[in-house]
Amino acid sequence: MNGSIFVNLPFIVVAVLLALGFYTIGFKRNLIKVVIGVEILEGAVNMFIVALGYVKGGYAPIYTQAPPEAAGKMVLPTPQALTLTSIVIGVAVSALMLAFAVNIYKHYGTLDVTKIRRLRG
Amino acid sequence: MTTTIIRTTTKILAPLILVFGSYIILHGHLTPGGGFQGGAVFASGLALLIVANNKEKVKELFDKVPLSQLESLGALGFLGIGALGLMGYTFLKNVIANSDFLFGAPTPKGINPGYLNTGGTLSYLNIFVGTKVLAGLTSIVLIFFLILRRERDEW
Amino acid sequence: MMEHLPALMIAVPLFGAFTAPLFKKHYREVSIWTIIITGITVVLSLLLAKEVVTGGIMVYVFGADKPTLVLPSGYSVPIRIMFEVDAMSVFMAISATLMSFIGALYSYSHVERETGLEKYYALLMLLEVGILGMVLTGDLFNLFVFLEIAGIAGSALVGFRNYRGEASEAGIKYLMVSSVASLMVLFAVGILYGQYGNLNLAYIAKNVSFNMVDMIALGLLFTSFAMKCGAVPMHYWVPDAYTEVPAGINPPLLVATYASLYALFRVSFTLFANVVIDLARVGWIMSILGVLTMFIGVTMALVQKDVKRLMSYHAISQTGYMLLGVGVGLTVLHDPSKLAEFGRDAMAGGVFHIINHIIYKSLLLMTAGALFYVTGTRNLNEMGGLARKMPITAISFMVGAAAISGLPPFNGFASKLLIYETSYRLNPLLTVFAMVTSVLTLASFVKVFASAFLGPPLEKFENTREVPKPMIIAMVILAALCILFGLFPNLVLDKLVYPAVDALINFAQYHSWGGLA
Repeated sequence: MNGSIFVNLPFIVVAVLLALGFYTIGFKRNLIKVVIGVEILEGAVNMFIVALGYVKGGYAPIYTQAPPEAAGKMVLPTPQALTLTSIVIGVAVSALMLAFAVNIYKHYGTLDVTKIRRLRG
Repeated sequence: MTTTIIRTTTKILAPLILVFGSYIILHGHLTPGGGFQGGAVFASGLALLIVANNKEKVKELFDKVPLSQLESLGALGFLGIGALGLMGYTFLKNVIANSDFLFGAPTPKGINPGYLNTGGTLSYLNIFVGTKVLAGLTSIVLIFFLILRRERDEW
Repeated sequence: MMEHLPALMIAVPLFGAFTAPLFKKHYREVSIWTIIITGITVVLSLLLAKEVVTGGIMVYVFGADKPTLVLPSGYSVPIRIMFEVDAMSVFMAISATLMSFIGALYSYSHVERETGLEKYYALLMLLEVGILGMVLTGDLFNLFVFLEIAGIAGSALVGFRNYRGEASEAGIKYLMVSSVASLMVLFAVGILYGQYGNLNLAYIAKNVSFNMVDMIALGLLFTSFAMKCGAVPMHYWVPDAYTEVPAGINPPLLVATYASLYALFRVSFTLFANVVIDLARVGWIMSILGVLTMFIGVTMALVQKDVKRLMSYHAISQTGYMLLGVGVGLTVLHDPSKLAEFGRDAMAGGVFHIINHIIYKSLLLMTAGALFYVTGTRNLNEMGGLARKMPITAISFMVGAAAISGLPPFNGFASKLLIYETSYRLNPLLTVFAMVTSVLTLASFVKVFASAFLGPPLEKFENTREVPKPMIIAMVILAALCILFGLFPNLVLDKLVYPAVDALINFAQYHSWGGLA
């Protein structure tokens, strides 16, 4: 009973965000919204990893002016490092996707994904 | 977009943001943050400057700044620092730590107030990554700005 | 210097990629620079292969001597970033470097009329870095990072001709697929990290318990890598991407696709190999996916009029052969008698087919690029009578077409025969589908040859002549490799393919690398 809903809350949010992201990618017609869907997915995955890295009673591993009681209780910051790397990659992906979207708008005059299917068959 | 509010806010905020960005880059080995985060903060300061000025001024300003070269410089510096480790150790080995070179002072064990002159290759790597990230992100913002402004003028 | 080879494999092309933008408008110089750098990586990968095949698995740790962290209590756990290179990685690394070199050589003339070439070559080398990183790494998170590098560089190259709307369309499609696939890989990595507290492939593989959550992780990894290597339900991005990309990038892009296939094998053989019960089921799924992929790919190819699009559908279909061969091996992995009887040969067929397919499909796509370079169109109905004008291209095309259809003296025959023989032992129906696919492949390439090269010479192609020398050299090298691998298959099989297969089968060896054992 020890407040399990609060312990699992981040994971519930992750599930909701994943569902939202896939819905946006699959059913939205505007290309910009599809790009936003990919970003939502990325946010969900990042949040999942950060939530995994939470240790109750642990301290952030920063030695600079840490409180004295933190010694020996610092957590391994791997999940945070993973999330940061994934954010860096996400920036590049979203920039490239938006650049493509701008280019598509220039050539087709629309961002509707159902109307820009010149490649088919 | 360039209203008086944005221009005034930019005048006050942009220098602060740029200084804060450099602080995060330089203190990357002591406090949370580092090359990417600091570079991103620095680039957001530059993005503010870009948004607050009109197209001709921005173009004039950034024609003189070799963003692409800065990006290459950052990446090559990172590789070079990594390759220093090949002299007897493995790639990316921290060879500068404890060597009395710049940033090479020995790090005290345990909780400490943080000394800037430590960290070895980490500090150099942070600086080079920061250079690359600020150049890269600024050029992304700049390119989108120039494209979108041009299209608004046309239609 | 030999022990630093794995790091140099990444560092050299990265150095090339970051210096390329400094060349600015000197396009000729930057393309020569790329040819030099990719040539150096070919030499490095051959040296690495020699080291690994003779000396066993190589472990390279970044920034430290040992991959493990030993706590005062005596508990040791690997935390460093490291590369773990076995014969299978080396096999893929050789394909990657060789194809990047061929691509750079071909691009020298093929894209000389375009602008922004310094970025093109920088991206080419970044794509190579992504592939090499994926195949050399021994760390799950690094796998994700390099997967994304290859995906971003690849999609930027797909959209390189930004004056064509179709290129941007194909580019965003490829980027969408690859970023969603990579995010799902990251999700699976997170699941595994949450359970085992580590990212090291060998460490997780040793401790994997295969409970419910692990099954979800395996499913996510399997589907996302299958998505990125163009297996059937998610194959729609392949023809678009391969058609729109400049022909010089086709060889490295093909290898990027098969690097995902490598990751799929790595996950199912190394990561989950200790799990005895369900592996046969995974193998059956892989084989059936392979048969579906090859059959649907070839039927879609038959109706195409665009020459590069037709060949792209054949690329999908050929991926099926690799999945079938390795899938047959996976079904019998825990049955030593059957494994020795046909499982090992089936996997050898599948792995050998990877390099064969990369060679002849690159050759075919490059001849298609040469046709486009000369005629300015990719529509088969508008071509004709080009054999007399472009004899070398025509001969290269014939070699490639014969190889892809599995005709005897060429390399496609060697690997396809291995797959036929062994899949027959598992289930004859699989073989029937594989052979029908082969016949249909031959039929569609006869059609291409007849409509592009034969027939009366058309008036509008009166003044065409053979493509420039660098393109010819690149095509001739690949055609020679096709014939060489077909005449002496044992040379490649013994030196490269069987060591790679044994590396996959002897997963215990991979698990007990130096630091942790």
